[in-house]
Amino acid sequence: MAERDPAWKVLPKPSHPHDSARLHVAGEARYADDLTEPADMLHLAFGQSSEARARIVSMDLSKVLASPGVVAVYTAADIPGANDVSPFAGDDRLLADGEVLCHGQAVFLVAATSQRAARIAARLGQIEYEPLPAAVTVAQAQAAGSHIEPAQRMARGDAAAALAASPHRLSGRFAMGGQDHFYLEGQVSVATPGEDGQVHVLCSTQHPSEVQHLVAHMLHVSSADVTVEVRRMGGAFGGKETQAALFAAAAALVASKTGRPAKFRCDRDDDMVMTGKRHPFEIAYQVGFDDAGHLLALSLHLASACGATVDLSPAINDRAMFHSDNCYFLPDVEVVSERLKTNTVSATAFRGFGGPQGMLAIERVIDDVAMALGLDPLDVRVANLYGPGRETTPYAMTVADNVAPQIIARLRQTARYDERARAVEAFNAANPVLKKGIALTPVKFGISFTTTHLNQAGALVHVYADGSIQVNHGGTEMGQGLYTKVARVVADVFAVPMETIRITATRTDKVPNTSATAASSGADLNGMAAHNAAMTIRDRLTTFLARTYGLEEGAVHFTPGGVIVGAETLDFGQVARKAHIGRISLSSTGYYATPGIEYDRSVFKGRPFYYFAYGAAVSEVVIDTLTGEHKVLAVDIIHDVGRSLNPVIDKGQIEGGFIQGQGWLTTEELVWDGKGRLLTHSPATYKIPTASDRPKHFTVTLWDGENVEPTINRSKAVGEPPFMLAISVFSALNRAVAATMPDKRALPPLDAPCTPEHILKAIAAHKAAV
Amino acid sequence: MAVRFLLDGEMVELDAVDPTATVLDHLRYTMRRTGTKEGCAEGDCGACTVLVGSLEGDELAWRAVNSCIQFLPMLDGKAVMTVESLKDVGGALNPLQETMACNGSSQCGFCTPGFVMSLHGRTIGARGCELPVEDVIAGNLCRCTGYGPIIEAGEAAAPFAQDDAAVVTALRGLQGSASGEWQGRRWFAPRSADELARLLAEHPDARMIAGATDVGLWVTKGLRDLGTVIFLGGIAELAVIEESADALTLGAGVRYADAHAAMARLHPELGELVRRIGGLQVRNAGTVGGNVANGSPIGDGPPALIALGGELTLRSMAGRRTMPLEDYFLGYGKQDRQPGEFVESIRIPRPSADAVILISKLSRRFDSDISAVCGAFMLRVEDGVIRDARVAFGGMAATPKRAARCEDALLGQPFAEATFATAAEALKADFDPLTDVRGSAAYRVEAAANLLRRLWLRSQGVAVAVLEALDG
Repeated sequence: MAERDPAWKVLPKPSHPHDSARLHVAGEARYADDLTEPADMLHLAFGQSSEARARIVSMDLSKVLASPGVVAVYTAADIPGANDVSPFAGDDRLLADGEVLCHGQAVFLVAATSQRAARIAARLGQIEYEPLPAAVTVAQAQAAGSHIEPAQRMARGDAAAALAASPHRLSGRFAMGGQDHFYLEGQVSVATPGEDGQVHVLCSTQHPSEVQHLVAHMLHVSSADVTVEVRRMGGAFGGKETQAALFAAAAALVASKTGRPAKFRCDRDDDMVMTGKRHPFEIAYQVGFDDAGHLLALSLHLASACGATVDLSPAINDRAMFHSDNCYFLPDVEVVSERLKTNTVSATAFRGFGGPQGMLAIERVIDDVAMALGLDPLDVRVANLYGPGRETTPYAMTVADNVAPQIIARLRQTARYDERARAVEAFNAANPVLKKGIALTPVKFGISFTTTHLNQAGALVHVYADGSIQVNHGGTEMGQGLYTKVARVVADVFAVPMETIRITATRTDKVPNTSATAASSGADLNGMAAHNAAMTIRDRLTTFLARTYGLEEGAVHFTPGGVIVGAETLDFGQVARKAHIGRISLSSTGYYATPGIEYDRSVFKGRPFYYFAYGAAVSEVVIDTLTGEHKVLAVDIIHDVGRSLNPVIDKGQIEGGFIQGQGWLTTEELVWDGKGRLLTHSPATYKIPTASDRPKHFTVTLWDGENVEPTINRSKAVGEPPFMLAISVFSALNRAVAATMPDKRALPPLDAPCTPEHILKAIAAHKAAV
Repeated sequence: MAVRFLLDGEMVELDAVDPTATVLDHLRYTMRRTGTKEGCAEGDCGACTVLVGSLEGDELAWRAVNSCIQFLPMLDGKAVMTVESLKDVGGALNPLQETMACNGSSQCGFCTPGFVMSLHGRTIGARGCELPVEDVIAGNLCRCTGYGPIIEAGEAAAPFAQDDAAVVTALRGLQGSASGEWQGRRWFAPRSADELARLLAEHPDARMIAGATDVGLWVTKGLRDLGTVIFLGGIAELAVIEESADALTLGAGVRYADAHAAMARLHPELGELVRRIGGLQVRNAGTVGGNVANGSPIGDGPPALIALGGELTLRSMAGRRTMPLEDYFLGYGKQDRQPGEFVESIRIPRPSADAVILISKLSRRFDSDISAVCGAFMLRVEDGVIRDARVAFGGMAATPKRAARCEDALLGQPFAEATFATAAEALKADFDPLTDVRGSAAYRVEAAANLLRRLWLRSQGVAVAVLEALDG
């Protein structure tokens, strides 16, 4: 364990910039599409379904084949192995086989001499469909009884009885939209055929091992015949966890069939149509509470549109359930999660993985209770926090590391919440058109894959005889700084400067059977695996040096000034050379599996998470009650990353996560038409935040604490949790809308995202409500 | 004739050019300059930002543009800088890059070269860069960082005098007309309005392309073959801005970024509208004339220009004709432009000092978005009575359109709350908008009507519009 290593205690921990930062700013960091294309490279495009659900009656692809530059056209019948690009359920087709389940689904595959030629040809397919009844909304799927799996139930106590016994009761419902990942680098894969049926796939993916396995099954070869490599992604956010496999498999199929290298670089609009997004949820609740706002009973119904296939929806919806308590103790509670199968592109992983939806639900409930009682919502939040004697979650895990109360108290003070809340009230009294709102919301996010076996990682460390070091691990780099963090871990083990470490591309032939880089777990898992690999080598070196110099092992120290061996100090290169000549292995794998986690999905009880990451944010907003426009004015955050592995990188995750969450809840609206076609399939219509959407006042403070669990450097995962800090924006907007009728004790019916249209609608409905 | 441009001071000469091949594809896949990225291929994300230098008099005017929707012939006679151009001979990063590399400006790094180019433009005094950093990078999307370090790096970057003397000299020899043919498709890049008029007489079906911020997408997204094309960017006399005591006259080829200051001087509301048209890269390419000529129902310029009493002049071999701007828009996709005609200029009368003007663009996002509703009002009030009323909207009908009933309800009425309430009701009868991806019909009608209340309340000193209330 890193914690037992004294080196960790003595070394300072400066923030190293992202390992590729100098390459990024110079335009020299290479992404999959940047490598020189071989002259015979083929470029690919999919022919897409024009129907939400239909049987394919016939396909005439002669015009496709005749289009200039086209080399080959493939359909499902051309796939030698499994026609499957799904993570586990087996229901995602590479190419449609007899029926289509959503608009935009891949029906046939074109290989041509240029990307443009492939895209032009892909629009020429003549496909006859027999339309079948389609459900494209949650309501339609509910009416049709269309689900990807049975509803799941998590409960404690007797919510119905407790509701009946509560002094106050409320019921409510609201909806929240999905979200497109909008990674700046679209989906891209380059497949190169090798000898004897092998294939190499350069793929922008968070999950190289899954791509490897799917490609192997699809080609009917072994996993050992397929190598998947990814040096970096131009953003991913969950959108390249399962969604990259479609494009990788297409490229591998063409490479295998034609013997030519094949690249699938997906056009942005096609990418937005064809790849999964965050799940939209519809929430309904009944809550019972007392005069002080203590929640006594909660019955919560979560309904999500999972899209046409299973993908990762079970685990995502599970996580929504696990986060529908957030930081609050719910004595008698029932959470029912309905997973609807809709004829839209399959919803998938996205930063937070269901957590944001579950958390938004409970924060909304709290706001509703506070409004009904005329209390400050923050006081209601504080009244319901986990604490001594009330520290067990609805899934029976003990919250052992609860720092939410301290973080909230600190932020309340440093951000001057109470004073500003009074100022907001005064502003609203003085302004008929503009209304402000302020809210402080906390985050408690569970860290670990809830699919327990995924919580493992491997690494490979080589020390070369000149003292330089190569590090490899199963984690992928999507901008989150994982490579930098892991390199630092290894550098610290040997007490060498960062420049000594060469970070190498993630490859399935270096570290096998890896988990996706997801669930915020990248640094926790891979950092520890790399640490273990490096420690193995260091222990060998220590033993070797002690033996060579005739000393106790305790007389060997790896320090920034060099390796101290008794009275002598050697530089690390000398040590490596001596060890090589001394026939000591300078290479090692490392492995790590998260300890102590176990839970039973059949009853939703156990310890699904190793620990929790916490944070809180205050957001202040202003709305225009004539147009529905709004602006986020000020945000203050305190966030818990344990003992930070890299404060600059962690702050970047917090700020970026917050703004992305703000986008989800404000400007980013996915619009589907009645036929299941996505209308917002480009940045012209789908609006992620720009620089001016960042609040002018924006402070981020790292909570000064450490993980109670022995994680690497006692740090905490940081990828996803800050996303949910943006729930404070939604809550503040609700209060601003409520301020249009200050005497009304009701929460306005505001849905997310809070577009001008939704805000104006909520104002009208709030004014009209009795 | 070839397309000739300077890249890092070296002449690039392309003999056979697909006239609608994009600059981005040429840089990436032919010249192997892969630092410039494709994020969307529609001018909305800025990952493909490069700087293009035009010879203007004795000076080189640099502009950040989206290379994904610039066609190769548009580079003829220009200089180009990409992210690869920025390293000095020793290979060191420039100070801006150095700051960005150290302060967390990049995470995934994919958008980074585009930000570097936009901000580098600001350090060398490129056009449009007198704006705050947030505006200079409003056309660059980053999904990772939340923008903080990038803004900080941009604000910290010191101005830097780039020596362009050699480039200016070299470009002088490249300022002639150009034309070519590629696989049966002809293209022309005339240098004078007379030449354009002649070309249009000969090729009445030719597609005119000014900034390509709209037409570019017909190629990258619509995958269309545009046939014969005429590039207008080289016609200096169409890019003239004339400010007089009574009007602002903008040549059709004036880029929005170049017109910004003059339009803001005409009225601050107009300046604020221009600030919110596209990102800087779009305003650096897109022209006022193109925004009018293409007849889009959601173009942001026309409603304001109509409300301000703008006049359009069209020109052809047969001569000129001038019309009120609103008369140009006949119906959806249909404009009053005869074969052989081109838009020459737009004249905007200078509003009187006491004119009451409101121009409001409503969109999901403030910057670099297309409006759901764009409303523009100009009223003249004498002795408490509304004597002139011009009200025009975009996004409410098949064309940018005046609101006749609303204007009637205002004219001759007292400048009073009740008048605006009546006019708001009247406005609802003026339009029957669509429900589409940018908003429902109901929202459009309600928000448009509420703009009349915004106008009234603001005249009474009430705080309206969140962008005006940021320091609260």
